[in-house]
Amino acid sequence: MRVLGIETSCDETAVAVYDEAAGLLAHALHSQVELHRDYGGVVPELASRDHVRKLLPLVTAVMQQARSVPEDIDGIAYTAGPGLVGALLVGASVAQSMAFAWRVPALAIHHMEGHLLAPLMEADAPAFPFLALLVSGGHTQLLRVAGIGAYRLLGESLDDAAGEAFDKTAKLLGLAYPGGPALARLAANGVPGRFVFPRPMTHRQGLDFSFSGLKTFAANTVQQHGDDAQARADIACAFQEAVVDTLVIKCRRAIAQTGLKRLVVAGGVSANTLLRERLATLAGREAVALYYPRLEFCTDNGAMIAYAGCRRLAAGEAPATRDIVVRARWDMQQLRPPAA
Amino acid sequence: MKLLAIDTSTEACSAALYVDNEVAECFRIAPREHAVLILPMIEQLLGDAGLSLNRLDALAFGRGPGSFTGVRIAAGVIQGLAYGAALPVVPVSSLAALAEGVRRERQQSRVLAAFDARIGEVYWGAYQADEPGRMVLIGEEQVCPPKVVPEPAAGAWFGAGSGWRAYIDALTSRLGNRVAGFDAECYPHAADVARLAVAGLAAGQAVDAERALPVYLRDNVARKMSD
Ligand SMILES: Nc1ncnc2c1ncn2[C@@H]1O[C@H](COP(=O)(O)OP(=O)(O)OP(=O)(O)O)[C@@H](O)[C@H]1O
Ligand SMILES: [Mg+2]
Repeated sequence: MRVLGIETSCDETAVAVYDEAAGLLAHALHSQVELHRDYGGVVPELASRDHVRKLLPLVTAVMQQARSVPEDIDGIAYTAGPGLVGALLVGASVAQSMAFAWRVPALAIHHMEGHLLAPLMEADAPAFPFLALLVSGGHTQLLRVAGIGAYRLLGESLDDAAGEAFDKTAKLLGLAYPGGPALARLAANGVPGRFVFPRPMTHRQGLDFSFSGLKTFAANTVQQHGDDAQARADIACAFQEAVVDTLVIKCRRAIAQTGLKRLVVAGGVSANTLLRERLATLAGREAVALYYPRLEFCTDNGAMIAYAGCRRLAAGEAPATRDIVVRARWDMQQLRPPAA
Repeated sequence: MKLLAIDTSTEACSAALYVDNEVAECFRIAPREHAVLILPMIEQLLGDAGLSLNRLDALAFGRGPGSFTGVRIAAGVIQGLAYGAALPVVPVSSLAALAEGVRRERQQSRVLAAFDARIGEVYWGAYQADEPGRMVLIGEEQVCPPKVVPEPAAGAWFGAGSGWRAYIDALTSRLGNRVAGFDAECYPHAADVARLAVAGLAAGQAVDAERALPVYLRDNVARKMSD
């Protein structure tokens, strides 16, 4: 079983080939970061225009790298949502028509299922069931995962996602888009404790998050204490502490509530060093095993889509539709285990 | 000669199969449904003709201008088919396809094709039939306000496309008695994309799948922070 995966949900064009027996054969990614930088964020129309230019050259390159010919491919998996509709449509159009030409199934994959399953590509893959923290540019969710397609939402952000809060606060601190990783680097020069940000929603019951207040707090702090280089680093440090602390507190609660002994962390923010350190401490104390994707597969990539498609196809999923359907929003709980 | 063509650049969605001078077409006015309609249309045409993709000589698509999303769906679908079946692609102007349809249906030899491009502009192209009777672009296609469309040569021209609904007053005051009539309720058809593509293929206009790309005409779609 060998699957070609295509990801075009936002500002990365990504392609991969995953083989059930041999594992990941090849993957490649074209980032649009430079394209959108001057606009201070992703411009959907420009993103779509770039995907339609870059996707096929990436497919050609990845097929070559994977030493695969069309006859080797048993299915094409593509991200069908959530994400930017115009961007998703590029991947969906190419994937569905290519699958039609090759007479293989085309699988519509949920982008967050891709992120969620990415750690399963690693050698020490977690067994089901597990607790999952998805922290990315568009999502902050805690899920109970009983198996592929069996997801129960335990809590999520009521406003900004953690990655979004990182990016917005970074912008406020004068860092170029997308500022999450840059903010994390700036925070390393900060004096811990000079500023203290709130830990939103931690005094309340439950597993939901709210991060939009933190950027307002950051803006006010900048206003009151000036924006010299040291103040900016101190603010970055305090902001990161607050986000990480909040995520860790909710993970601790979710572990206690579910009794699960495995915690999977995925999505772009799971690359954050401080988050990984603090979760390691928590995991040690709670005797919980921690699982991450490799660093390059924390953010968007084609491998996770090819992998999710391969697992579903291998489990007998047989998509019947040739409809090119994408969704801007898509509740993961609507997904079902692969139907045999 | 066997060629499959699609057009999804306007409210209309169509696919056509050209087989040795005969054209079969599926056509529907279906705003925002192009993505779900187009592959089933293709499947039906091939099925009815008892043909598989790899028996074709080429593919063609309406490369725009038109709805950004629409022309990208067409480009994406054609890229996938062309890559998957290793076929060459002939990109065809959607305005030219509209003009070709008007020539065929209404025996008009001089057509001013205009799509409503929103925000006070039209996608514009002037076409005139050549000796063998194919529509040929005069000047360049462009996107501009209707009151500054390029004035065509003297004589009678026929207006076609949604631009003539949205901006009829501005266009008639600009073009005066050059406009002999118009039809705002006509759309580009894949059948005409196919006919133009057959000529285009012979003229060496085919490209690889990777270069089956949209032509938007409108390129300033976002504002930079420094603007
Ligand atoms: N080291 C880091 N520290 C903090 N944030 C980071 C780090 N690395 C990446 N991020 C953030 O991760 C996000 C990108 O992750 P990802 O690609 O998974 O998100 P997305 O695809 O945009 O959103 P979604 O997956 O929810 O649709 C950005 O917000 C980025 O700032
Ligand atoms: Mg993502």
